[in-house]
Amino acid sequence: MKRKIVQIIAFGYSNAHLLNFKGGKIYQGKWKRFCNPGLNCYSCPAAGFACPLGALQAVNGSMEFQFSFYVVGVLLAFGVLLGRAVCGWLCPFGLIQELIHRIPSPKLKLKKIFLYLKYLVLVVFVFMLPITATNYMGMGKPAFCQYICPAGTLQGGIPLLGTHEELRQTIGALFSLKMTILLLTIVGCVLIYRFFCRTLCPLGAIYGIMNKISLCHLEVDGYQCINCGKCKNVCKMEVAPVREPDSAECIRCGACAQICPQNAIHVGKPFRQTKWLTKKDKQCRDAKEAE
Amino acid sequence: MSNRTKCFARMVIAVIACVFIVYGTARGELEIVLNKAVNICLECIGLG
Repeated sequence: MKRKIVQIIAFGYSNAHLLNFKGGKIYQGKWKRFCNPGLNCYSCPAAGFACPLGALQAVNGSMEFQFSFYVVGVLLAFGVLLGRAVCGWLCPFGLIQELIHRIPSPKLKLKKIFLYLKYLVLVVFVFMLPITATNYMGMGKPAFCQYICPAGTLQGGIPLLGTHEELRQTIGALFSLKMTILLLTIVGCVLIYRFFCRTLCPLGAIYGIMNKISLCHLEVDGYQCINCGKCKNVCKMEVAPVREPDSAECIRCGACAQICPQNAIHVGKPFRQTKWLTKKDKQCRDAKEAE
Repeated sequence: MSNRTKCFARMVIAVIACVFIVYGTARGELEIVLNKAVNICLECIGLG
């Protein structure tokens, strides 16, 4: 419940300019030079900040620069502080995916191989294509936004096309591709928890890598843990918190900490030390349990 | 990865992040971000 409130507040501050939907305008204030930590299209009429992925590709594909120190710096800062807690607590599109997943349907598990797809998307569509596929002026296009991003279609495309007749007249094959990806994402999210987040989101890939060292981390008390497996069963991201507390897929939602009967898992205690059992400790514990 | 290594990595990355933000801001990247963000991005909405 606490997480849902934070997610709603984060969604609200990211999309505070709701009145813009009426006229089909987008917010043009100076706050848009700052990046939102989560995925939120800056062409959404309500958006108050820049999308970090859009900003990264815009600078990487610009005539002046081929690498955005500013946006990468911001992503590293959020990553080292929060890791994928950004996905679990602050990402507006993450909240949308969770709400879609509530639609009643059979729920499926994701095959592990698909988790690696987002790293490929990050390298190819966010870094390589905007830098290499340039026009005669040396400007690249934001390939991830252009060919994949369903958040842009949902938050920016549909509201703006709904209010702008002149934009509707330019709809072509690209829009059909993006609508297909959006529909596949929605179906995927109904069936699989955070389908886009886990398979395609480049931000998830960046923060996932940072999860290994982020200040906000999952802490497992090896002395308290009785290996009951409840944490693994409750995890919707299909992570085993005891075995891999620093997993790139853990969004720090805290479900494992809540269900742990021994109170052995803690989230968001950056300065506490993790107590790991040594082999000898484990043997002692097993011997005691056997008695 | 030991806790000590993690602490060291955190500090190094935090410093790199700060340097990157300051350097990026100083060379005018914020203006490019602002210019892109305040106009309708045709690529983002599937028209570009």
